[in-house]
Amino acid sequence: MENKAQLRKKLFLSTFYLSAFTFGGGYVIITLLKNKFVDQYHWIDEKEMLDLVAIAQSAPGVMAVNGAIVVGYKLDGLIGVLISILGTVLPPFIIITIVSYFYEAFQSNQFIALMLDGMQSGVAAVIAAVVLDMALGIVKEKSILNNIVMVIAFICAFVFKINVAWIVITCIIIGVARMFIFERRHDS
Amino acid sequence: MIYLQLFFSFLQIGLFSFGGGYAALPLIQEQVVTLHKWLELSEFTNLVTISQMTPGPIAINAATFVGLQVGGIFGAIVATIGSVLPASIIVSALAYFYIKYKNVSWIQHVLSTLRPAVVAMIATAGISILTTALWGTSTVSLGTVRIDMIVIFAIAFIVLSKFKANPITVMLLCGVAKVILFYVTAL
Repeated sequence: MENKAQLRKKLFLSTFYLSAFTFGGGYVIITLLKNKFVDQYHWIDEKEMLDLVAIAQSAPGVMAVNGAIVVGYKLDGLIGVLISILGTVLPPFIIITIVSYFYEAFQSNQFIALMLDGMQSGVAAVIAAVVLDMALGIVKEKSILNNIVMVIAFICAFVFKINVAWIVITCIIIGVARMFIFERRHDS
Repeated sequence: MIYLQLFFSFLQIGLFSFGGGYAALPLIQEQVVTLHKWLELSEFTNLVTISQMTPGPIAINAATFVGLQVGGIFGAIVATIGSVLPASIIVSALAYFYIKYKNVSWIQHVLSTLRPAVVAMIATAGISILTTALWGTSTVSLGTVRIDMIVIFAIAFIVLSKFKANPITVMLLCGVAKVILFYVTAL
C-alpha cells in the first residue's frame, strides 16, 4: 500500500468522484465503492466489503455516507472517516447549492431530463453486474445454508417488502444458532 | 437560534432514518414542513424532484437545500453536519468493533450468514431502479416497456460484466445514448 498522504488523497478523490455520480440511491454507491476499492485498488477484499455493507446498513442514516464511513475507517481510522464523509457530502452540497439557484431552468431542460433518464439504465446495469459477481461468489462457497439465506432474503425484501432491519436481525440470530450447532458438533 | 434549530432538526433526521433513501422522506417532511414550516409543501416537492435529478442522498440534499433557504450557506453547512453526525459516530463505532473482533468465531458465523443477505438486498434495490428505468412512470406490463431503455441496459450490462468497463463512464454513455436515440427517432 502507498504512503499515508497518498492514500488519503486517493480516498478523498475517489469518494468525491463516486458521490458526484451516484444517481439513484445508496446501493449504487456501494457497488461503485466495491468496484473502486475491491477490484481496482485491492485495498479491501470482497468478503470484507460485504461485511462493511452489513455494518453500514445496520446503522441509521444515509447508505452512501455510511458506506463511505466504513471504508474510510477500515483504511485510515477516524481520519479516514472524516476524509470519506467530506468526499461524499461535498458533491451533493455543491450541486444542490448551484441547482437551487437555477431550479426553473434546470427542471424544464429537456436535454438534462433525457440524459438522466438514460443514465438510469446505466445505473441498473452497474448494480446488475456487481450483484451477479457477488452472487456467484456466494454460490462458489458451496454452503447450502448461505445459498438458502440469499434466496429467502431476496424473496423477503423484494416480494414481501420486509424492512431491511428485520432481515439483518434474523441473519444475526441464524448466525448465532449456527455457531452453537457448529461447536456442539466439534465437541462430540 | 436558527442555526441550532437547523442542526438539531437534521440531527434527528440523521438519527432516525433507517432503511435509507426515500424511507427518510416522511421524516424530513415532518421536520421541515410540518414542525418548523421552513418550506411550503410545494417547495418540498421541488426538493424531492431536484433530489431525483441530481446525485447524492436525499437527506443530504434536503439539509443543503433547507439550510440555504433558511440560513444561507452557513445554515446549509450546519444542517448538513447535523444530518451526518449520528451516522458517523455509530458507524465508526461499529466498524471499530468489527475490525477488532472479526476473527472471533461467533462473529464470523454471523457475518458469513449476513453476506448472502446483503447481496440479496443490493439485488432488490437494483431491481427497483431497473423497473423505473424500463417503465418510467407508466404501469409495469409487457406493452409499456421502453425498448430503447432495454437496449441501453443490455449493452451496458455486457460491457460491464464482460469487459470490466469503468462504471461511471458507462453510466454517462447511457445518458448520452438516450439523448442521441431520442433525437434520431424524432427525425
